[in-house]
Amino acid sequence: MSTETSTIQQLADRDYKWGFVTKIEADTAPRGLNEDIIRFISAKKNEPEWLLEWRLKAYRHWLTMEEPKWPNVHYPAIDYQDAIYYSAPKQKNGPKSLDEVDPELLKTYEKLGISLTEQQRLTGVAVDAVFDSVSVATTFKEKLGELGVIFCSFSEAVREHPDLVKQHLGSVVPYTDNFFATLNSAVFSDGSFCYIPKGVRCPMELSTYFRINAADTGQFERTLIVAEEGAYVSYLEGCTAPMRDNNQLHAAVVELVAMDNAQIKYSTVQNWYPGDKNGKGGIYNFVTKRGKCAGVNSKISWTQVETGSAITWKYPGVILQGDNSIGEFYSVAVTNNRQQADTGTKMIHIGKNTRSTIVSKGISGGFGNNSYRGLVKIQKSASNSRNFSQCDSLLLGDKCGAHTFPYIEVRNTSSKVEHEASTSKIGEDQIFYCKQRGLSAEDAVNMIVNGFCKEVFRELPMEFAVEAQKLLGVSLEGSVG
Amino acid sequence: MTQLTNNRQNDWCLSNFELFEKSLNGDSALHIHAIRKAAMERFAKLGFPTTRDEEWRFTSVAPIASSTFNAVLDYAPDGITEKNLKNLIVDGMNGSRLVFINGHFSRDLSDCGSFPHGVKVENLSGALKNDIGLVNQYLTRYARYDDNAFTALNTGFLHDGAFIYVPEGIVIEDPIYLVFVSTESDASFVSHPRNLIVVSRNAQVCIVEHYISVEKNSYFTNTVTEIVAGDHSVVEHTKLQSESLKAFHIGSMYVHQGPASNFTSNSISFGGVLARNNITALLDAEGCECTLNGLTLSTGQQHIDNHTTIDHAKPHCNSHELYKAILDGKSKGVFNGKIYVRKDAQKTDAKQTNKTLLLSDNATMNTKPQLEIFADDVKCTHGATVGYLDAEALFYLRSRGIDSEAARDMLTYAFASDVTDRVKIEGVREYLSGVLHARLEQGRSEG
Repeated sequence: MSTETSTIQQLADRDYKWGFVTKIEADTAPRGLNEDIIRFISAKKNEPEWLLEWRLKAYRHWLTMEEPKWPNVHYPAIDYQDAIYYSAPKQKNGPKSLDEVDPELLKTYEKLGISLTEQQRLTGVAVDAVFDSVSVATTFKEKLGELGVIFCSFSEAVREHPDLVKQHLGSVVPYTDNFFATLNSAVFSDGSFCYIPKGVRCPMELSTYFRINAADTGQFERTLIVAEEGAYVSYLEGCTAPMRDNNQLHAAVVELVAMDNAQIKYSTVQNWYPGDKNGKGGIYNFVTKRGKCAGVNSKISWTQVETGSAITWKYPGVILQGDNSIGEFYSVAVTNNRQQADTGTKMIHIGKNTRSTIVSKGISGGFGNNSYRGLVKIQKSASNSRNFSQCDSLLLGDKCGAHTFPYIEVRNTSSKVEHEASTSKIGEDQIFYCKQRGLSAEDAVNMIVNGFCKEVFRELPMEFAVEAQKLLGVSLEGSVG
Repeated sequence: MTQLTNNRQNDWCLSNFELFEKSLNGDSALHIHAIRKAAMERFAKLGFPTTRDEEWRFTSVAPIASSTFNAVLDYAPDGITEKNLKNLIVDGMNGSRLVFINGHFSRDLSDCGSFPHGVKVENLSGALKNDIGLVNQYLTRYARYDDNAFTALNTGFLHDGAFIYVPEGIVIEDPIYLVFVSTESDASFVSHPRNLIVVSRNAQVCIVEHYISVEKNSYFTNTVTEIVAGDHSVVEHTKLQSESLKAFHIGSMYVHQGPASNFTSNSISFGGVLARNNITALLDAEGCECTLNGLTLSTGQQHIDNHTTIDHAKPHCNSHELYKAILDGKSKGVFNGKIYVRKDAQKTDAKQTNKTLLLSDNATMNTKPQLEIFADDVKCTHGATVGYLDAEALFYLRSRGIDSEAARDMLTYAFASDVTDRVKIEGVREYLSGVLHARLEQGRSEG
């Protein structure tokens, strides 16, 4: 047991290998939050009157709300008046070439198998002419434009496609939804907008583009994806690569709308700064994500791999409104050191013959606390609906915790709801077996953890599945249960 | 504003308490009265819970808080005789029987039996006089009232109930039967039965708590039972809740388990318009076994809520939990099963299953299993299902020439008997089988 403790100790002592600061000259709003600041943000972005009104309505509502206290996470109180709500990056003074970048960081990239050009992009190295991101972006844009797919930043969408934005903004997550979503509605900086017209199957993973194009969307992101009748899109948010970020609080909102026969697949890989081994610093990731299967036979699928952030608090949900619609949620959440995660999903069955699947895998190590909190609600109208939930937890030490809070509400006799949960640790016999076959203890743990998460990784787009596996290895380095 | 309404809702409890204090006469000087006062103060501070409290999210106690119930201050037989009692209680129980009418002990209807020396089977208000030393060692030490308003209220009105003490090494073969009867009354009333069961080292006992009513009127029962299971003791507790269909029932049971003790609870609820059962088991030593079984049968406007907490505080303990519910009519069922595994409770094996059968589209089930685990070398699983009768099983029976109604009854009965068959006392099993059949027949005539 003593060697075990020492390796866990090593793990706990591990530093965040990619922490560094990039100085950015920015066009910054004064500290604090009031109606003038919101007007300032809106004016900076040349927004139409209706959007400003919407922001102000949200802000006024926010003033009447209280910060929720029910999640199983602990953090010092946030002073909302001490933050800067608008900061547009002007120009970067990054390192001149990769040679100037921290070699440790490059090693991590290598482990994750990230291409050289992307490494440059991520570390903030000035990109040379050949890999000019603007030109790359334009190529993608042309190709998508031919099909009628709109994919642009949120502010661009407000300018170019105001009707679409006006129609769908707040239709899934209204500005009154919850404390952080309301705050986001008032001050959201930018984000992405994606519109897939009727019958179009988006030819590429929109992630590729996103990774290159939208690295600095900021603290209060707003994403809106609309898939019209019969459309299909797969979208990947975030990045397996470690993200540098100076913002403490992230309160993003993601809204998905799927019409008749449409399909949206939304994958997230999140690896933000988790804070040091004493839990100091790190990102608070408080996100509201929700999809609406508005049409018949529509399908929304969430896949997430959460390894970063000091606190992760999010419940990607699906409102199954259309008959025969399908909602899916696949999640891997890793908490190490002092990280905390309270994550899960909400499946609201309204339409007939609706189906949902939930697979959640939580891994806790160090002093980490991992909670699954989910809601499955079957309304009276949702006859013949079906849900299957499975949440498994893996504990890699004796100081970490795993919690499950599943809520099940059923109001219909022809529906079936099943929920299963288990908690376990990596067996000594399993490690022994692997070691006997010549694997090191660390590789054995890696292999077992990856096997544990396989059901979820299978759902990720191919190349990210590979990266996610490697990421898990990096996250749990030195951890032998 | 909410503060104001809350205070007004507490008013009837507080004025009841003044009357209760007066009725105690000289007894109010006793040590226990200081506890009563402290609990009442705590209750005044807590107020009745609202659905904003996570613990009461799905169960609104507003009907209890907003009406007025009068305390029953003195014993009155109220026309209860052996004869009309016989139709309501479980037949063929061999052991001793303690009967309480509206919360007060009825010596005439009870049979305290004969037991080996040292065994105490008596009423609590008697024990508070005769065995005060023994009672004070245990009473109110396990039922924490600082965060539960109903336990605080019960502690404030602590007066009568059952006191059972089994000394070291004694095995009581026959079950001890506790009957709590509510009678007819013009005004709605409240009773606060308080039971204390202490089982010492190597002792064994089997207890049945039964809540019944003679008339179908409205009243409120707020009961608390404390159980202390010593080293290597074996305790089986069965609670049958068949209050009137207009009654309110809040029952809390607090179990404290010692080394290698074995505790089993069977909680069967089919009465009350609003019923809530809380069971909190603290596995406070190594080698404990804890089994919780539960069954809910509800129909009409009934709302039955089961909250259980199993707290694995020490290593090498096992717990098994099986709760089932059959909901018909417009009834509502709630289940919350918490399992805590504390930091040092390695080698814990905890298993929880919750199954619900919905027989009507207007019935609602809210279930929330909850595991909180802080140790790594443990085996914890839970499963929850909500569904309907298996179409294939129905088809199988019908292909054997059984009509669809009988087939449905058969499968429903089988679903329930999975729990009722676990009760060790034969008389109770037969009684439950009778209740089940009657319920099925009633459901058929309504449907």
